[in-house]
Amino acid sequence: MNAAVADQITAENPLVEGLERLPVHPTTLVIFGATGDLAHRKLLPALYNLAHEGALPERFELVGIARRDLSQEEFRSMARASIERFSRRRPDADVLEVLLGDMRYLSGSFDDDGVYTDVEQTLREFDEKAGRPLDHIFYLSTAPQFFPVIASKLGAAGLNEAGDAETRLVIEKPFGYDLVSARQLNAEVLSVFDESQCFRIDHYLGKETVQNLMALRFANALFEPVWNRNYVDHVEITAAEDIGIEGRAGYYEGAGALRDLVQNHMLQLLSLLTMEPPSSFEANRLRDEKLKVLEAIVPPAVEDVASMAVRAQYGPGVVGGVRVPGYREEEGVAPDSRTETYAALRLHVSNWRWAGVPFYLRTGKRLERKLTEIVVTLKPVPHLALQSSGSVGPQSNQIVLTVQPDEGVSVSIGAKIPGARMRIRPVNMEFRYGTSFVSESPEAYERLILDAMRGDATLFTRNDEIEALWGIIDPMLTAWSDDTTSPIPQYPAGSAGPEEANALLLDCRRWRRL
Amino acid sequence: MAAAVSEDVWSAEGTTPDAIGTALREMLRSRHASNRALAPARVLNLVVVIDRAWKDEIANRLAGVGRYHASRTILCAVEEGRSALDALAVMSYDEPRNGLGVMHESVEIDIGPDQIARLDTIVDPVVVSELPTMVWCPHGHTEALRALGGIVDVILLDSDDETDCTWAMAWAGKLLESAYVVDLAWLRSTPWRERLAASFDMPGRLAALGELDAVTVRHRVGSRASAMLLVGWLASRLHWDVTSLSSMNGAGLRGAATAAGGEVEVRLESSDQDVPGLAGVTVSWGGEHSLSLDRGRGGLRARERSGAGERAWQILGASRGEGGILGEGVRQALLRDPTYGPALQQARNLCP
Repeated sequence: MNAAVADQITAENPLVEGLERLPVHPTTLVIFGATGDLAHRKLLPALYNLAHEGALPERFELVGIARRDLSQEEFRSMARASIERFSRRRPDADVLEVLLGDMRYLSGSFDDDGVYTDVEQTLREFDEKAGRPLDHIFYLSTAPQFFPVIASKLGAAGLNEAGDAETRLVIEKPFGYDLVSARQLNAEVLSVFDESQCFRIDHYLGKETVQNLMALRFANALFEPVWNRNYVDHVEITAAEDIGIEGRAGYYEGAGALRDLVQNHMLQLLSLLTMEPPSSFEANRLRDEKLKVLEAIVPPAVEDVASMAVRAQYGPGVVGGVRVPGYREEEGVAPDSRTETYAALRLHVSNWRWAGVPFYLRTGKRLERKLTEIVVTLKPVPHLALQSSGSVGPQSNQIVLTVQPDEGVSVSIGAKIPGARMRIRPVNMEFRYGTSFVSESPEAYERLILDAMRGDATLFTRNDEIEALWGIIDPMLTAWSDDTTSPIPQYPAGSAGPEEANALLLDCRRWRRL
Repeated sequence: MAAAVSEDVWSAEGTTPDAIGTALREMLRSRHASNRALAPARVLNLVVVIDRAWKDEIANRLAGVGRYHASRTILCAVEEGRSALDALAVMSYDEPRNGLGVMHESVEIDIGPDQIARLDTIVDPVVVSELPTMVWCPHGHTEALRALGGIVDVILLDSDDETDCTWAMAWAGKLLESAYVVDLAWLRSTPWRERLAASFDMPGRLAALGELDAVTVRHRVGSRASAMLLVGWLASRLHWDVTSLSSMNGAGLRGAATAAGGEVEVRLESSDQDVPGLAGVTVSWGGEHSLSLDRGRGGLRARERSGAGERAWQILGASRGEGGILGEGVRQALLRDPTYGPALQQARNLCP
């Protein structure tokens, strides 16, 4: 080995080449809200699965913080129950024992300085045990009103930096309540942490199918040539749920469909679908492109909201053969509630690529089935010499990206119906994850936790991006909260949504069937 | 709760490859027509050539790969004295849940030794033509590899299976000239390679890679190839010059590599562990620093010495078991690891 090779070794790790699993630096992960629902259902099972696969850092410490007064054993017992119930694989007894045995629990109020003293001491103890400073990840899995408090207290305790090691702040959604509060929260967090330390989670971005949207667009010559106003007639993005609010009235009454799904997940899908190709998949290159296209979506004036957006609530109905109550009859919901359980929007992306193409977004609870999909409908062929009588005839090609369930992509094409006559009907060419890969997709949280520990912010939302997202829906929030008298349209539970949503569709278009 | 698995079965004696292919297409067509939520897996063909006497053992190993089944597995069982083809085709599928059920096909074809030389004419009509094809010959049958050369994309082998490690390495090298090779002995070293890479990835630690002065790999007696490949990987990644190791009178192999920072002592030591693969690895640098990783319950036990100080900790990770290794072999057929070839070349240089 010569001197040049030695220099190369000090510049980059030559052992990483070819490995599927990239190294993660030794880390202490501190979860605020460690006894909450998200930790219970997602975070702890995700951490177990990372441990099972050997994907956690070689030195890994986990600290849980919550207000509940629990002993170490009680917390470990709770964590064990969470992992055994929600892990995507049956836990290995040995791995689980070691993971649980090393967990640490701290109890206290998030505004209590003493908690942060305990955190600092615990982190120092772990650093000393390791003989080196570990990276610190603070994961805010609490109610959103605690985000600024925790960020501020971490800063006051000097925990926003760790000398030679990295310190990062992971913040769960919702990030803000509207544009003003999002700006305020950004200002408060960024007064303590640098933007490069902040990882705002939208777990949709951790889904394989969402990332596949970029692969579909940018790794295939087939689609990109038609991905513009010349060929695309319109786009529908649907996030339909068949469930109701599942006992979460306290949260949902203050949120509604627009905040719950449109502001984050659906607009993220829209930005990935419409952005220009990034020069690389480095975090800021990708987020620059997303931001550009979000800024090209012109928010409606408050007075124009009625013609561009529809809200509704589910009424009583039948779902899966079972009679269910309407939203206003749900426990914890005000009988005169004006919170929307359904929202539909028509948006336009005002740039060279997409000018004139309508984007229809709809989401709702208690719809007839669970489905998240993006449908890109192409314009019809300009002239058809073939017969259409005796068949449904040629239809516009549709590219359908299904996020859940049955993740995959299908393309509808016109094909000849077997027989003597030249008749056409649409058929599907399908790609399904379940049939085309042997690997099981990791849970979104596994990917995102690992990325946060590696410092890769590609799948996280930047401060300017989050404000652009809020900026798009803010006029609708304002218009709907200002309107306290108009009746809220109702749709029967188990239906496809309110009739009023049809009025958004231009040029006789119809919503795709759920 | 696991989904219920159902099967459709077809069999014939004295049959032809064309009839087998036709039967598979008809099974797929009729099952899909009866339930449109069922779709065939379309990932990979796996052709396995075996001695018929060991068919059950291989079938059990293939059943142990968990979710990593090939889409269509074609088991060619060689039986002395046979000239006719007998075939059994099974299409298994999960009852659809959440909308989609996936079908896998397996075909067992009993063949005679004289048919191996033109095995391509039997296998070609039966594989799914648009999918990559991997072949595995765990009982030798090297003639089958020659016959299938035109339709095979990936060769699965296990260098640890061969008693002569030098021959195993040379054979893998020869196969690598014509196809992509997935070596289970290499895959047994994956967690160790990942952990070594991670251990030196920290700021301030990376430079130690240029100062390594000793490497010791502990392995099960029958897993010397895995150990050789691990050292070969270090040598190839760190640009060491290596020469053949020599025997330590039955206690393993010993030798030296030449790195920019000086000589690196290399030792391969046998261990009496039950499971195939590696038992541990120790790397030393700078005269007084060392890091040992050893197999333990729930992951690897790490021990680091620096001067008079010592730290020990546990690195989390579940053992994949031999079923998991074989499943990983199936999965790796769809990937390309650029580091195996150079590691193999260096491992061949290390062979006594």
